Amino acid sequence: MSTPLRLDQIRKRYDATEVLAGVDLEVEPSEIVALVGPSGCGKSTLLRLVSGLDVRFDGRIAVGDREVRGPDRTVGVVFQEPRLFPWLSLADNVAFGLPDRGSDGAKALVRETLGVVGLADFAGALPKELSGGMAQRAALARALVTEPQVLLLDEPFSSLDAFTRMRLQDHLLAAWARYRPTLVLVTHDLDEAVYLADRVVLFSDRPARVIDVLRVASRRPRDRRDPNLLGLRVALLEALHLERSELSAVV
Amino acid sequence: MRRLTPWILPAAIVALWWGSVATGVFAAYQLPPPPVVIEAAANLWSRGLLQRDLVTTIGRVLFGFVIGSTAALVLGTVTGLSRKVSDAVEPTMQALRTVPTLAWAPLLLLWLGIDEAPKVTLVAIGAFFPVYVNLVAGIHDVDRTLIEVARVYDLSSAAIARRVVIPASLPNLLTGLRLGLSQSWLFVVVAEFFGASAGLGFRLTDSQQSSRVDLMFVGLLGLAILGKVTDMILHAIEDRTLRWRDTIATQALA
Repeated sequence: MSTPLRLDQIRKRYDATEVLAGVDLEVEPSEIVALVGPSGCGKSTLLRLVSGLDVRFDGRIAVGDREVRGPDRTVGVVFQEPRLFPWLSLADNVAFGLPDRGSDGAKALVRETLGVVGLADFAGALPKELSGGMAQRAALARALVTEPQVLLLDEPFSSLDAFTRMRLQDHLLAAWARYRPTLVLVTHDLDEAVYLADRVVLFSDRPARVIDVLRVASRRPRDRRDPNLLGLRVALLEALHLERSELSAVV
Repeated sequence: MRRLTPWILPAAIVALWWGSVATGVFAAYQLPPPPVVIEAAANLWSRGLLQRDLVTTIGRVLFGFVIGSTAALVLGTVTGLSRKVSDAVEPTMQALRTVPTLAWAPLLLLWLGIDEAPKVTLVAIGAFFPVYVNLVAGIHDVDRTLIEVARVYDLSSAAIARRVVIPASLPNLLTGLRLGLSQSWLFVVVAEFFGASAGLGFRLTDSQQSSRVDLMFVGLLGLAILGKVTDMILHAIEDRTLRWRDTIATQALA
């Protein structure tokens, strides 16, 4: 199940600082969109607004027919850190957002979702027993199990090593293929952006506005060595570099 | 071998105790040797007095501890969760806390008489503050990012409190309960110094008046053993409920 996501003229200020200067964005059902841009430009803030965690902004955000006025179960979030509840087993962490989490149906659903992210054997484990990559996979499972129509990911793999990151990108794609949510991902990793996304949205430095949108035409499954992807990466780098020279240090 | 390690120090203390009396460093009327203390305990037991002391003191501690920590649990939870209640209550609680709890004793005796009520109340006050202070601090320390996860699922404030805030502050609560329990033992002795007719604290003052050092040691040992046993029970509960913590303490268990 999936819905379109529509952002109209989103503006946001923190006191004197303008963070978002009128962002427009339309995301199709089941599309994967990557948001890239300079550090601290407001991409993460934008995700917070879409998630409903912060409702103080101007403009209009619509998930399908519903205007966002606060958190809603149709929108799932994976944060930069796993944020697992340390006192709950993995299975209980994943079941956290399920309304009927004690039921047999919910338990089966949790098992299945843990399988999708490759953690079927760790249902009883405690978060402290997991590696960083496993913990983030569990966080992904927790967001997926409620089958949100829109899934938001805020630099979900940024703290992981390169190998683990690539494995998790494939886990994410497998999960996306299984649940087909509309997916919006904030990332600083341009390889990640072109490997995962249907479209890459480039943001300016703060206050953020959309400066360019690049379509990634390659079919899935994609090859990370695909010259088209590498070419797009260069195009992204150039577009961002023009916007702000210091970015070459970030990527 | 690790099981024996905790017993080395107590054994050494008993040996030192016994040795210092045997070699005449202390006279037997100042420091009775272990067999004399055991004999005094056996004698007290055969007359039914030791049992009565133990039951009386344990009863006061448990009763007072349960009342005090339950009150702290309720008030601490409300204060920790509600900014309004916290603003209204916290400054007063902080002020009350600075009064040494033992200073309440004369007032309680005056108000509540000399029977069970003031003793249990004093123990309850002793248990209350450590539990309250630790619980409120624990609730205030809960990781904001975990609460955000719960908010994403559109949970009510009550559900967030029950499913995130309370479990997250459990380590502090258990620390508070253990401190509260040891305070309870301290306060029961003080309570029994004033106008009690039974209990280990009464045994201490009573034997002081009759210059029975051996009976004083019976009282002291009884308090040491009871304090240790009850703390071990809470410690075991703590280990069971907090197995999830990623700390030096839980590393050995994992």
